[in-house]
Amino acid sequence: MENQNKTTFSRRNFIKTSALASGGILIGFNFITACKETATPPVDVANLDFKDFNAFIKIAENGYVTIFSPNPEIGQGVKTSMPMIIAEELDVPWEHVTVAQGALDNKNFTRQVAGGSQSIRFGWDALRQTGATARQMLVNAAAAKWGIDAKDCKVSNGMIDNGSGETFHYGDVVNEAALLEVPENVTLKDPKDYKIIGKDAINVDIDKIITGEPLFGLDYKEDGMLIASVLRPPAFGQKLGNFDDAKARSVSGVKDVVKFGDKIAVLATNTWAAMKGKKALEAEWMADGKMENTEDHDNELNKLLDSNKLDLRREDGDVKKAFAEADKVLTRTYESPFLPHNCMEPMNFYANVTADKIHLVGPIQTPAGTAKRIVDLIERNEEDIHLEMTRMGGGFGRRLYGDFALEAAEISNMAKKPVQVVFSREDDMAAGIYRPAIKYRISASVKDGEVTGYHLKEAAINSNMYGLIPNFFPAGAIQNYKVETGSYNSNITTGAWRAPYTNFLAFAEQSFFDELAELLEVDAVKLRLNLLKNVQHGADDRIQYSAERMTDTIKLAAEKSNWGKTKSGVYQGFAAYYSHNTHVAEVVDVVMKNGKPTVDKVTVAVDCGIVVNPTGAKNQVEGGVIDGIGHAMYGNFSFEKGKPKDTNFNTYRLIRMKETPIVETYFVDNKLSPTGLGEPGLPPAGGALANAIKAATNQRLYNQPFDNYLNPINTELKT
Amino acid sequence: MASFNLKINGKSRSVNADEDTPLLWVLRDELNLVGTKFGCGIGQCGACTVHVDGVATRSCLLPASRLTDSEITTIEGLATKELHPVQEAWKTLDVPQCGYCQAGQIMTATSFLKQNPAPNNDEIRNAMHGNLCRCASYNRIEKAVALAAKKLS
Repeated sequence: MENQNKTTFSRRNFIKTSALASGGILIGFNFITACKETATPPVDVANLDFKDFNAFIKIAENGYVTIFSPNPEIGQGVKTSMPMIIAEELDVPWEHVTVAQGALDNKNFTRQVAGGSQSIRFGWDALRQTGATARQMLVNAAAAKWGIDAKDCKVSNGMIDNGSGETFHYGDVVNEAALLEVPENVTLKDPKDYKIIGKDAINVDIDKIITGEPLFGLDYKEDGMLIASVLRPPAFGQKLGNFDDAKARSVSGVKDVVKFGDKIAVLATNTWAAMKGKKALEAEWMADGKMENTEDHDNELNKLLDSNKLDLRREDGDVKKAFAEADKVLTRTYESPFLPHNCMEPMNFYANVTADKIHLVGPIQTPAGTAKRIVDLIERNEEDIHLEMTRMGGGFGRRLYGDFALEAAEISNMAKKPVQVVFSREDDMAAGIYRPAIKYRISASVKDGEVTGYHLKEAAINSNMYGLIPNFFPAGAIQNYKVETGSYNSNITTGAWRAPYTNFLAFAEQSFFDELAELLEVDAVKLRLNLLKNVQHGADDRIQYSAERMTDTIKLAAEKSNWGKTKSGVYQGFAAYYSHNTHVAEVVDVVMKNGKPTVDKVTVAVDCGIVVNPTGAKNQVEGGVIDGIGHAMYGNFSFEKGKPKDTNFNTYRLIRMKETPIVETYFVDNKLSPTGLGEPGLPPAGGALANAIKAATNQRLYNQPFDNYLNPINTELKT
Repeated sequence: MASFNLKINGKSRSVNADEDTPLLWVLRDELNLVGTKFGCGIGQCGACTVHVDGVATRSCLLPASRLTDSEITTIEGLATKELHPVQEAWKTLDVPQCGYCQAGQIMTATSFLKQNPAPNNDEIRNAMHGNLCRCASYNRIEKAVALAAKKLS
């Protein structure tokens, strides 16, 4: 178990301070350099200058604190939870803290990314160290004023006490503190003394959200800004031929039409005119590669699963032998479609490219990488870029890809005007970077009541599984184990989608284990617990899940859900999954309503270490679980001649209020370093749901979306 | 291009816009009331919900020029001196995740609670069914509507 109040922090100079002309102190820290040992520092760490910092704390003379949060906010709550960690170590009342999104430019940002549920995990040490360093400087300044040893001072809620009845507010000593050396080897708090971490803190942007203040990318405006509505090839595998923009140009409000690559942008003084102008464009589209159908993908992926041409990703023992000697072999195939992200705020970005500057504003999960791609595209220098991030109306992976920002920069560069690219919903769904369609074939061998072998084959469009994922459970738990993957290269763009690479894998495996438990005539929870007992701690450093933590998580879910002890008419399904460094177990309760299986409740147990902000953490889990259930039930996205069949919510179905279960979340109580929650709640949900539907209806679901495959209502089924 | 007056959040606002311009874009682009959100443009997601004469209405399909005789309320006009009880409930229960759909959710909820001040859970679920939340903060929206009903009664 890791010791929480010692960090392995060895980098010097990641913090610098400066006295503010207006009074007070500014503490800058280089977030990424500080928090990730493997990160490449942007500059020589020993010679960091203020310009190299990307996160700041300002303490004013009245003792109030402003924290400039460095990471993009996509709804996962880091704009609240990351400053909480600083405030905890700084030891100030949370009410005295204001949080601002760090204004970023090329001089100040190094690498801010929201993705992979990693913000809190990577930030934990750096944020605590920064808060504690600032606190120590204030204490040192107070001690010097009193002429005593800093060790004799006590700190609480922004007050320093000298033990003889005298106190200073932080504000009283902040100007002196600004002149002191930055101390090293500061002491971090013992988690048992936490006053902010572990307590509910409401979203710092709540008032703006509920009163409709400008916050999001689409809310950004500049004088003279034109809205760009972009016509893109309607199908993957098409390019632009001839086009006529005369009608578009005659739409009132339209100011310009710009062709770039195979796209045409209509620029107008308002969004409605830009959208009307786009509709008035007359364009011919020519074939430029294959225009693929969903049926083609099905065939190609099936061929891959049947072939011997897959890439080996992990192999333990001798799977072939285990299968040859087995009493029984179970083989099942699981299928999922492409999925669009459908952030509620459609993709958009503002760009104003001028001779001396490139001003960019908008919702982006990868500001640094996108800035780099923009300067490469329009042949400029990174120093010219000033990039501001807005709050994002959802991300789910889509805003990792800066295509919309590149479009804005390219259009502004050509039109010589400030431009905001605005996707319609149809643009957003049709110009997607989708979760790829994937199929899994899983086989297991059973001998003498034990699982002796496990063989998983993945066939995905444009590949899926990567990195350490082939080492997730049940790797290490089954002696003979093999994972192979194959890919069919398509011109349909694919990428990360919430809980990328595992969102469907978890469904396939967790459904398979349920069926395996049935075959072995053992309880589904018991099977997981038995398998976890086989995992040898530390035997293989590619295996990052903890059998011990997963066991505790599973037991908590089983206990809280009354697993196996529910009242009649409630059918339960179980799944457990480790992803993004967090262990999660879920039990779905299904009841039959009007002959249809209906999700009533989901009980979730989570081990994410210390829970920084419980209200935010639960919100993430609730959302992740319902998102997982919604897409497993309804997410249905297919292509015909390279063109998506659905491009808006009239035909593309997302889960809505009446279809949602109540989610009950429980956290494993421990004092381990926190890990992220934006994604890990999602992967187990589909499997737990499918297993519950099996319990209720006796129908096994192998393909998503379930709604397409559920048997017609049958009153003969047990109700 | 047409010139007309709209009564929005109790104030008369003069507008110059094409007659077919939906209220959503008049609010966002002409009047700088950006709290009302664009989500789908076809009345399916509810992000653009405002009140027209007190009734929750999708603003993305409704030409503004037809509303010269109506009282329009947007999310910016919901709170008077204090937050509306629905907004209060949203804050108490820390409802939003990304927050983008929440203005529409709140406008639907306030209009619904005016018509049905003491709803049961099924009625709440029915009333809120038309508003998508991609972050799936549905559990908290449901609880917040119930809490607001309690506050209002």
